[in-house]
Amino acid sequence: MRMLDDVGRGTIGLLDYAGGVATLSAEAGSFIGRLRIRVAETFAQAYFLGVQSSAIVLLTSLFTGMVISLESANQAKSYGASSLVGGAVAYVCSRELGPMLTAVVVAGRAGAAIAAEIGSMVVTEQIEALEALGLSPVQMLVVPRLLALVLMLPLLTIFADIIAILGGMYLAHNTAQISYGEFIQSAREFSAFDDYVKGMLKAAVFGALIAVICCYQGLRVRGGAAGVGKATTAAVVSSIILVFVSNFIMSLIFFGSGTR
Amino acid sequence: MAAYAQIESVTLRFGEKVVLQNCTLEIKERAITCLIGLSGAGKSTILRLLNGLRMPDAGRVTVRGRDLRDLSYRDLIELRQKIGFSFQFAALFDSLTIGDNVAMPLREHTRMSKREIDEIVVQTLDSVGLSGARDRMPSQLSGGMLKRAGFARAIVTNPECVLYDEPTTGLDPIITHVLTDTIKRLRKQLNSTAVVVSHDLGSIYAMADYVAMLFEGAIIAYGTVDELKRSPNPIVQQFLQGSEVGPIPL
Repeated sequence: MRMLDDVGRGTIGLLDYAGGVATLSAEAGSFIGRLRIRVAETFAQAYFLGVQSSAIVLLTSLFTGMVISLESANQAKSYGASSLVGGAVAYVCSRELGPMLTAVVVAGRAGAAIAAEIGSMVVTEQIEALEALGLSPVQMLVVPRLLALVLMLPLLTIFADIIAILGGMYLAHNTAQISYGEFIQSAREFSAFDDYVKGMLKAAVFGALIAVICCYQGLRVRGGAAGVGKATTAAVVSSIILVFVSNFIMSLIFFGSGTR
Repeated sequence: MAAYAQIESVTLRFGEKVVLQNCTLEIKERAITCLIGLSGAGKSTILRLLNGLRMPDAGRVTVRGRDLRDLSYRDLIELRQKIGFSFQFAALFDSLTIGDNVAMPLREHTRMSKREIDEIVVQTLDSVGLSGARDRMPSQLSGGMLKRAGFARAIVTNPECVLYDEPTTGLDPIITHVLTDTIKRLRKQLNSTAVVVSHDLGSIYAMADYVAMLFEGAIIAYGTVDELKRSPNPIVQQFLQGSEVGPIPL
């Protein structure tokens, strides 16, 4: 009986959460649809959430590209398949790792910042102050962050793809003596322009998910500083889980048939 | 005096907790009405009902005869522009300067030029004694200055009503006196209605035209300061005397 109660409460909680996120998304979408966009604030957020995340995204991608190359280059060389290494790195990075790693890093850095900032504004009554002034917190806070991440995540992903491939190429050259030319030829052969575009599309969806989830968590903060801490953790965890789930769904849709 | 706003038989719950129970109150136009009561009695909630930040579960709230529940979103936004709200901890936007905080309602809701807005901001900051604080950040101000900056933001649009949530709480007697005078002066200057939530009886006696006492979610006493002081209600008397002995459970 108690277990049923717990399941029921959990289900209601989940539906309540999903409903809240959907309502917030719809409200933000309605402001965007009516072009009620604060352009200067959107650029400021794009700089803070996107540009300032670039160093950590690029560093992560560089080492990811190098580690894929490290694992594959010597093996491939020993089987006489060195012409596949560039393709492996480019294929995996453009389709999956580039957008996903970028999203995870941005969720950790920018998502936490969004939830903490908005949560602190709730605790210090700044959100109520906006409403009391006749202003919408969704228009003022959510829309700029949503647009900033939807725009910046694909850009970061492209840079992440390039850096990962360059890192992989450098390592393949130095550990398995695969020439730059052979690596690039292989990368061009095994990854298509389409893969990069779909990777960017994925990244845009991840950006929207991270922004909405983190804003929602921030807006529903209760209970002072402890509440802000909990909301920040929940925001990062939820958005990373959703990035993984949505990545799987999008991979099924985009690449499920296995053909290009 | 005509009624500016009326709270009629309002009940409001936060989850399981009943905050207001069949609460009725009239806010007189162009007067200062002070709300007193124990902490957690629902005083700040009444302020939030008056500008539509909260809606009642039962009963109705009217401002100038219009039921807030009948207002469209746009009408509600317009109403909020006419009702200034000074928050307990000022609630200034900490990423903006004091000048930008005060200018925000004008920038968002009017088509005034930058020069016009700047002039009004300077005048408004002057009127609350903060003429030198325009370019400072909220974190650089003392508690009393923050409250006054909050007043400035609340009155910058010349509202017809200003709601003050605990304007003197936690401040020294001199600043309390200054803020009390400021509230009285601003009410006259704007020819507006004011509703003040406060625990500071000295300040209330100095500024209130009417006082309402809230207890267990309902108004149990209402009148002028003298009428309240003469109230036969033992709860009112215990509260005004700050006595431990009486019907109010500790």
